[in-house]
Amino acid sequence: MTRLGQIFLGMILIFLYTPILVLMAMGFNESELYELPFRFSTRWYSALASNTELLTSGFNSIVLAVTTAVVATTIGTLAALALSRRSFRGRSLLQLLLLPPIAIPWLITGTAMLIFFFWTGIGRGMHALIIGHVALAVPYVVLVVGTGMKSVRADLEEAAMSLGSTPIHAFFAITLPLLFPSILGAALFAFAVSLDQFVISYFLSSPGYTTLPVQIYSAIRKGFTPEINAISTLLLLGSMTAILIFARFAKPGAPK
Amino acid sequence: MPSRSGPNEASTPQRASKGARILPQWVSTTALLLPAYGWLTLAVFLPLLTMFLFSFMNKTPMGKAPIEFTLRHYRAFIDQPYLIKIATNTLLMGLWTTLACAVLGFLAALALVRCTTGARRETLLILILLPFWTNGLVRVFSWTMVLRENGFLDNIWHWIAPAAGSIAILYSREAIVIGLVHGYLPYMILTCYIALVTIDDAIIEAAQSLGARWWVILTKILIPLAAPGLISGAVLTFVPVIGSFMEPRILGGKVGVTMGTVIEDQFTQAFNWPLGASLSFTLLAVTMAIFATFSGVLRRGSGGTA
Repeated sequence: MTRLGQIFLGMILIFLYTPILVLMAMGFNESELYELPFRFSTRWYSALASNTELLTSGFNSIVLAVTTAVVATTIGTLAALALSRRSFRGRSLLQLLLLPPIAIPWLITGTAMLIFFFWTGIGRGMHALIIGHVALAVPYVVLVVGTGMKSVRADLEEAAMSLGSTPIHAFFAITLPLLFPSILGAALFAFAVSLDQFVISYFLSSPGYTTLPVQIYSAIRKGFTPEINAISTLLLLGSMTAILIFARFAKPGAPK
Repeated sequence: MPSRSGPNEASTPQRASKGARILPQWVSTTALLLPAYGWLTLAVFLPLLTMFLFSFMNKTPMGKAPIEFTLRHYRAFIDQPYLIKIATNTLLMGLWTTLACAVLGFLAALALVRCTTGARRETLLILILLPFWTNGLVRVFSWTMVLRENGFLDNIWHWIAPAAGSIAILYSREAIVIGLVHGYLPYMILTCYIALVTIDDAIIEAAQSLGARWWVILTKILIPLAAPGLISGAVLTFVPVIGSFMEPRILGGKVGVTMGTVIEDQFTQAFNWPLGASLSFTLLAVTMAIFATFSGVLRRGSGGTA
């Protein structure tokens, strides 16, 4: 019975990883039309190096993801502090309001943003993408940092303050260092959320400013070469690395 | 989600007296909350309200032509009967995907809990969840390499059975469901795993020692106890699936017409934003109804996953 379960898990892993590995392998296949048998070549990676369209959008994606991580982590951590250390009326409503950005299908959120940004004159492009991506990442930051706050004992701050420390000093001297792994984890999470985002970016990017997933999508629809596989491979490896580092930071005490 | 804890409550008066020298506490609480919630208001809540307003307009407000308000777009399902067929197809796509995810996800979670231990289980969990956090578009694209004619599966098939015809299924409903299952299966495994891992082994051993067959254990113990995980996994699969548009476009080709692609068309091709807005809102209403129905289960379930 145990054997059977392990074989089943193996099949699930094969199902999950086969397409990803095929995608990666095809980036190293010489044929332009994805023809088999496989002949190893790095020509698509060389071609990528001179494809300014893909490289620019890839650069945009990274800048956007870093900006999103910094902004979302800052404002999300502040909100998490208030939500977990203060008691006030309407707190559970505020916690409930974190859910819509996570739970509503991105198609709905994305088209709503498009309408609103058009209507108010905010328009599309980089600033619109930052507004949208940060909004998607903030709830995750509040949840991750809020979970981290549970393990930082409130009485440590109280002790510091009863010994004459100001609340702000107590925060920087006690809470922040203890909370740092959670905050770093939240930032990496926000980075990955932004880097993987396609639907919202699709509606908010302008012809002059697109992200890598949007560029990949238009390539898929218009016709493409294995260059797309090459850049997709790099994108997958990038977000996998971010998530693996996140998994290490977000679980203090997990086996290293 | 952050929870009320004892020491906080007890210390509030003391903190207030400390803070009162500078500012009342509500000022600093508001200052901490304002950036995040102000941002969410600007980027999510106001846009949703604006879209609601747009869904009643007679035309996309471009130029100077006067705008009239109408309920016409909410009658689209009556006026344009083909939408009913598309909606049915979308719901079927959601049901098949959710069903496949539930069966595979439950069994995989069960296998994780019953057949693996320690570091090996942890590694397997990370491996299962890793694809979930990579780019969904790229993963959908990767299935085209596997499913297309003369693709990966087709080649393996020809190697096994050289005389047989092609088994390429790209641009079909099956291809869409396969791609969607690939996208949401890790989540279902996680929610089922969280539910199953808390079941005490002693319950199962007791049932076995009393002579219960495996299917009695499965239907009377494991499935009922894992129900919260199954339900929250199902909701969090079904809701995004009925709102998907790039999966049906890429894997379904011409047969991939869903509510999602119809809505996308209104915004990118047909330029009928009010119709798009009203269809989006109809979809949102369905989503909210599903969440409301299962809110009790989800609240308990999300406490573990958050």
